[in-house]
Order: sequence, then C-alpha cells, then structure tokens
Amino acid sequence: MSAPALVLHQFRYEQKVFWRSPPAVFFTVMFPVIFLVLFASLFGDGEIDGLGIKASTYYVPGIITLAVVSATLVNVAMRVVEMRESGRLKRLRGTPLPTWAYIGGRVCNAFVVSLVMVVLVTAIGHFLYGVPIPTETIPALLVTLIVGTFSFCSLGLALSCAIPSEEAAPPITNFVVLPLYFLSGVFVPESELPDGVLNIADHFPIRHFFQSCLTVFDPNTVGAGFEWGNLLNVALWGVAGVLITVKFFSWSPRRG
Amino acid sequence: MPEPVISVSGLRVSYGDLEAVKGVDLEVSEGEIFAFLGPNGAGKTTTVSVLEGYLERDGGEVSVLGVDPARADRAWRSKVGFVLQECRMEGLLTVRETLEMYAGYYERPRSVEETIGLVGLAEKADERAGRLSGGQQRRLDVAVALIGDAELLFLDEPTTGFDPSARRQAWKVIEGLRELGKTVMLTTHYMDEAQALADHVAVISEGAIIATGTPDDLGGRRNAATRVSFEAPANGAGAGLEESVGGEWSRESGLVVLRTTDPTRSLNQLTAWALANDFQLEGLEVAQPSLEDVYLELTGGERGEGGP
Repeated sequence: MSAPALVLHQFRYEQKVFWRSPPAVFFTVMFPVIFLVLFASLFGDGEIDGLGIKASTYYVPGIITLAVVSATLVNVAMRVVEMRESGRLKRLRGTPLPTWAYIGGRVCNAFVVSLVMVVLVTAIGHFLYGVPIPTETIPALLVTLIVGTFSFCSLGLALSCAIPSEEAAPPITNFVVLPLYFLSGVFVPESELPDGVLNIADHFPIRHFFQSCLTVFDPNTVGAGFEWGNLLNVALWGVAGVLITVKFFSWSPRRG
Repeated sequence: MPEPVISVSGLRVSYGDLEAVKGVDLEVSEGEIFAFLGPNGAGKTTTVSVLEGYLERDGGEVSVLGVDPARADRAWRSKVGFVLQECRMEGLLTVRETLEMYAGYYERPRSVEETIGLVGLAEKADERAGRLSGGQQRRLDVAVALIGDAELLFLDEPTTGFDPSARRQAWKVIEGLRELGKTVMLTTHYMDEAQALADHVAVISEGAIIATGTPDDLGGRRNAATRVSFEAPANGAGAGLEESVGGEWSRESGLVVLRTTDPTRSLNQLTAWALANDFQLEGLEVAQPSLEDVYLELTGGERGEGGP
C-alpha cells in the first residue's frame, strides 16, 4: 500500500474504535454539548465585560476548545496507554506498519473528530442561541484546528510517556487538563478571572488555542482573524511534545 | 545443508548487574517446530525478545532469516509473525475487522476468511473481540500472527490459560503450520505440548542451555530406566521378591518401585514370581520417564533468577 493509503487504512479502524467506545464518545462529544447547553442557557444573554460579546458567543469557542483538547490530547494519551499496556503497541511494532502511518492514522482520527465537534458546537450555538457563524475567519479556524490537532496530539503522546498504567491514565490526564480549562477562561469567562490566573494560563497552550478560536467567533473581529502569536505558542508546545515523545516513548508495557 | 532459520551463538544479555542470558547457542532449521523450555525467569523470554528484535543484546552473534534482528527492517518484519506472552486485542473490533486491519499492513497477507477458519473462529467472525472467551481471544491472537503469511513464527506460551480442549485445538493449528512449511519457535512450560508438537527441544536454566535434542532423546530419556510400581503389600507378603527380580528397588509413598534398564526381563521375573507365590500386583504400572520427569530432573528444584 502507498503511504497515504496506509494512513487511511489505519484511520478507518481508529474511527470505528472511537465511535464504538462509550467513554470516548461521552467525554469528547456528549460532555461538551451538555456544557454548551448548560452555560449558554444559564448565562447566554449576559454580556462578557470588556469583550462586548454575548456569553453564548463566548462559550462556543470555549466549548470547541474543550472538545478539541478532549479529541486530541486526552484521547491520544488514554488510547496510547491502553494500547501500550495491553501489549498491542509492542505487537504493532513487530508488523511492517511504519510508525508514521500508525501515528498518522491516530492524528487523522483526532482531526476528523475535532472537525465534527466544531461543526456540531457551532450549529448548536447558532440554531439554539443565535451565535453568528463565522465566514471571513473560516480559514483562520481551519489553520487553528490543524495547528491545535498537531500540538495537542503531540502533547498527548508526550503525556502517555508519563503515565505508568492504564488505571492511572484518566486521573493523570484530567489532572493536567481540568485546571487549565478553568484557568484559561474556557468554563469561567476571562473577565471574571484575576489577572494573576490568566498570567499563569498564558504559559500553556490551551489558553492560546482558546484565544485563537475566540477571535474566529468574535463578531468584532476585523479581517481574517489569524492569531499568529497564539498559534506560535501552541505550535511550540507541539514541538516540545514531539521532542519528549521521541526521547521517552515506550512500545512495551511498563508493568512487569 | 540449507542455512538455519535461526542461528544464535554466545548470546549474552544483562539487566544491570544481573546476567539473564549467559552464552546461549541455538540453531533452528527451516520447517521445524522448535520448543524452548525452561522455568520462569530462566531467560526464555529474554532470549526470544532478542530474536524478535525487541531487545538489544550485550554479546554474541544472532541471525534470524539471515538478518541480525537488531537491524530489522520492514521486509524482515513482514516475514516474522508473533504471539506475545501477553497481548489483549482491541475489544471493540470484530474478529474479521481485527484481521482485516492487520492484513492491511502486509504486502501479501493470507486470506482473512481462511485464517479465521484455520484457528476455528468462523462462527465468531462478526463477534467483537471483547466478547470472546479467553481461549478464543488467544486464538484470535494466533490468527493475527498468521495473517501476514510469515515464514517464521514466534509463539510465546500460546496456550497458557487454555482449557484442555482449546489446547488440543491450538495444537492442531500449530501442526497445521508445519504442513504449511512454516518454522515455529515455541516457548512453553507445558511438557506435553513440547512432546506433542516439537521436532527439537532446548532447555534453558539460569541463562544457559542445559540440554538439547528431540523430545524422545532429551536428557538420555530413551536409555533411561523404566519405572515399575505397584501398591506396597500388607505386612509379611512379598518377602523374598526383591532378591528374585533384578533392578533397583525403592519405596515411594505407599508404592513399591522398581527401576530397571532391562524392563522385558525384569517384568517377566516379577510376574513369574507373583504367580508362583500367589501374590497380587495391585495397581501395577510401567512407565518410561516422561519429558516432564526428565525436565524436572534437569532443572531440579532450581529457582531461576533471570530477567523478565
């Protein structure tokens, strides 16, 4: 098989496994939708101080951030640890499938799920809460999504290196991402957060990814809406993830 | 003489200060089933991991299908199949999907349907792997090892946890591999499995090979003493028997045991004496030492301290 065909082959089975896995579908698809409906229904008509946009408009990019990080970082870390500890990763290593094709299939899966979530969250925001659909900023949204998928998948692989067992995967992964959602203004509007908190969040990619998405959905945005500074931060985290993965990745189970 | 499929000389592997494999030599010829036996921690899995290309060695020469597995490439990987000691298949894919996925990794895979049939999972082809029994999951694992149509298969304890009928079925599959001309390196700690399947056997203990041969010859088994036993008679009976029959006599938990290298003559003397003295040989048994007896004697009481 040619290189793209191998990636596509792997992607097909990743898709099957993803949509058949109740925890994956619940946490990546249902959970963000529930949060969107909850936040937009409770606070939707209020205005976010300093930004001049409605809360419902603010929460669409916020929940997209939640869904994308879940589809990429969280999912990749959980799946890779599960595959490593079950011995399947080691087994895969013994087949002629090249490593890049395996990772390519995984990243494609994360990208497609992220894309589905962007469309779903935008549609719910628009039809239930009247959030405007971006038009001019769609290229910026796609670039943000591509950079985000690469970086958060890479960080998911890096995080898997630090997770010693299958049981430890959900608590460690949540311990990493949950505080960052809060600190980055994904759940609590940034106007309500003290500056010190945002300064901490500014060191991490979730905040920068969210800001890129926010600009895309902000009706006050003028022009194409590319947040190059934020995207650079996200991309650099992705590069760091690659370096950590290359150095510490393990194909064999950690136990025994 | 064709080139051996596996050739190992002076293999050494250490984990830190611990020398797990201390100079192992092995040779496996094309088309044979080679059983690699040894207690847990004796260095079996360490040796096989080197041959599979998973583990770096500290010394010695290794050639598998003419290639040093430390420098294995995609072409080599497509010629070698594995059943690892522990591997849980993806529970959310069906048997057929699992095999179709792995088949896609190879240039010339076996037919998926045929392979499902070969391991006896035809009725479960559309069942998700997570719903199969332990034995059926292991058979799926074997099917995945076969799907690439590899020339050489490493089966690491492929029947551990099987019930007796599942084991017989797995043996049939492995025998089928011989008919397909495959070379099989089988790691096991079931002696009956080695006896039933293997052309050659090597026993490893504490990181070194202590015996090699065919299952029938191992450890001088063919020439070993035959064991004759019967229940010890009540007080007084059987006096004078031991002087009348040649061999080495002993008592083992309620049994009288005779070890003899000339069983035909000894049995004749024993039964003649019994008839003449109106003596019943209750629970009479005649046994050649089993592969297991030889194995236990070879590895006797040793607790391996090797690597994983």
